[in-house]
Amino acid sequence: MKLHEYQAKDIFAEAGIPVPESRLATSVDEVMEVIEEVGYPAAIKAQVHVGGRGKAGGIKIATSEEEAREAAEDIIGMDLKGYTVEKVLVEAGVDFENELYVGVTMDRGEGKPVAMVSTQGGVNIEEVAEENPEAIAREHIDPAFGLHPYQARKVVYDAGIERDVANDVASILTTLYDLYEEKDASDIEINPVMITSDRDVVAADAVMNIDDDALFRHPDLAEMEDEAAEDDLERKANDYGFDYVRLSGNVGIIGNGAGLVMTTLDLVDHYGGEPANFLDIGGGAKAERVTNALDMVFADENVDAVVFNIFGGITRGDEVAKGINEALEAFDEIPKKVVVRLAGTNAEEGMEILNTDLVEVEKTLEDAVQRAVENAQEANQ
Amino acid sequence: MSILVDDDTRVVVQGITGGEGKFHTQQMVEYGTNVVAGTSPGKGGQDVDGIPVYDTVEEAVDEEDADASVVFVPPAFAGDAVFEALDTDLDLVVAITEGIPTQDMAKVNKRLTEVDTRLLGPNCPGIITPGEAKLGILPGNIFEAGNVGLVSRSGTLTYQVVSNLTDRGIGQTTAIGIGGDPIIGTSFVDALELFEADEDTDAVVMCGEIGGEDEEQAAKYIAENMDTPVAGFIAGRTAPPGKRMGHAGAIVSGSGTGTAESKISALNDAGVPVGDTPNEVAEHVEDFL
Repeated sequence: MKLHEYQAKDIFAEAGIPVPESRLATSVDEVMEVIEEVGYPAAIKAQVHVGGRGKAGGIKIATSEEEAREAAEDIIGMDLKGYTVEKVLVEAGVDFENELYVGVTMDRGEGKPVAMVSTQGGVNIEEVAEENPEAIAREHIDPAFGLHPYQARKVVYDAGIERDVANDVASILTTLYDLYEEKDASDIEINPVMITSDRDVVAADAVMNIDDDALFRHPDLAEMEDEAAEDDLERKANDYGFDYVRLSGNVGIIGNGAGLVMTTLDLVDHYGGEPANFLDIGGGAKAERVTNALDMVFADENVDAVVFNIFGGITRGDEVAKGINEALEAFDEIPKKVVVRLAGTNAEEGMEILNTDLVEVEKTLEDAVQRAVENAQEANQ
Repeated sequence: MSILVDDDTRVVVQGITGGEGKFHTQQMVEYGTNVVAGTSPGKGGQDVDGIPVYDTVEEAVDEEDADASVVFVPPAFAGDAVFEALDTDLDLVVAITEGIPTQDMAKVNKRLTEVDTRLLGPNCPGIITPGEAKLGILPGNIFEAGNVGLVSRSGTLTYQVVSNLTDRGIGQTTAIGIGGDPIIGTSFVDALELFEADEDTDAVVMCGEIGGEDEEQAAKYIAENMDTPVAGFIAGRTAPPGKRMGHAGAIVSGSGTGTAESKISALNDAGVPVGDTPNEVAEHVEDFL
């Protein structure tokens, strides 16, 4: 789960990390109200999960009422790389001298968390990592012990942070690691940490992603999930408990198991179609889950045709077939053509149960995908 | 022959009294797996279909001389269950559980450096040596004994590729699911090493997916150390960066690492043909044999 900047900043502030004064706004009038409190200059920042918000026009600095109104009108409701901006964070501007990067993430290769500090903040850190890896100081952390204080100091010195602010930056890093561990974050970072003209350190941005698998032990964070979701379809997927990713094409895809669903997406692309989504119904799905999955995909107005691909291990073909029938029998007219392919456990029983007045059936993965791609092309003509 | 498990393997099922544990124990036994014990804290002394249940893994191992365990414990307790298994003399621990928090696995990973036990998974379908034993949830009926090894990060994709192989009359020595999580006990390289050393494995299929750099490391290992031919498949060519595609480990980072493209080209450079479809992978294997 990705938290929005304003959600992460609340958590950072509570943990003692200095952040600029800010408040959330959803209308131009609200933006102007907040600015009366925080004063000029003020930053108006789109709250969507899109990298490079600034470059895309999602962050603006206003130094006057006129500029503020114009910026608010531009940003609220704008389309930012496919996402509509509904909320903005209005924040007191910071007079800064330097911008740093501070973050903690999991190094998969090492199987250990790693703390990272760099003097090259304020830009895309992944680009820095690629073009100039030495500009980022790294320190691996033994998860059994946590970040030792000496390690926090060491990585800050290694990064070449100026002496007069080194302790403050180390203290921010220590707090970040504590939060990373306590909240089961998968990534946590501040980019940039600003060094002000008074030589104070301030977190000007906040990224905090939570390990979805650990949400069960963080009910407070789990409650933020709906607010963190980007759109109604993602919210619906959360409610149904599906692994769902929305994409830009028109072939809806439902399957079981992440690898096989990804493969189905790839085959749609391979045969000249464009996948509309990733939807994994998981292992052992019963009829109701299947019905919910179809409801999910039909709810996406971009979808022109659907492919349903199940290879049953613990998932039973007859259960899936029952669910498909139930879901489709509820319609007077099937909204989008559905191609079904069942293999594995009880696949033959499932094939017999399937109502072929309502769905098209194919035996192999390749045939099913090709047929769905054709259906989508026809529907689009 | 086979790797890691065969009909002599004595198996203890952790979480044998839960719904999943019970169902899959029956399936494993039906397949011929030698399940000698189960564990379930507080239920020691009971039995499940005649299989004795113990409170702790240590007791089960001592009393029944087990050498491998399969973990069906729910995610919140699975990290602990793996620690418990690693503190015994077991040779192999297979963690089926999906959804173990990554930071729990980081701690397990640290422990793995201190013990001799091998961990397979978590979030994996398990391991099967066709005709002899299966530890996990793989549907036994699609496998056939033969001379091809298979290693995969994904469960159902494994079934798809195996059925493409079996349809062509190509059987398997052993099939291993290493799991779809960011931190796992056995890597592609570990599995490939075992297949390379196995005299009966004449070809290997490796099914990878986006995320991490395990496939790139495997490509390097294949180029430098393997005589056995390998065919590959990579899922997730169409996955956008920054989105988790179901598996916690299947994510392309913003900087473009972990992409299907980088994995396919690394494998191709190592002489490994990569199929565009699962069926093409089976074709490549047929060409090898």
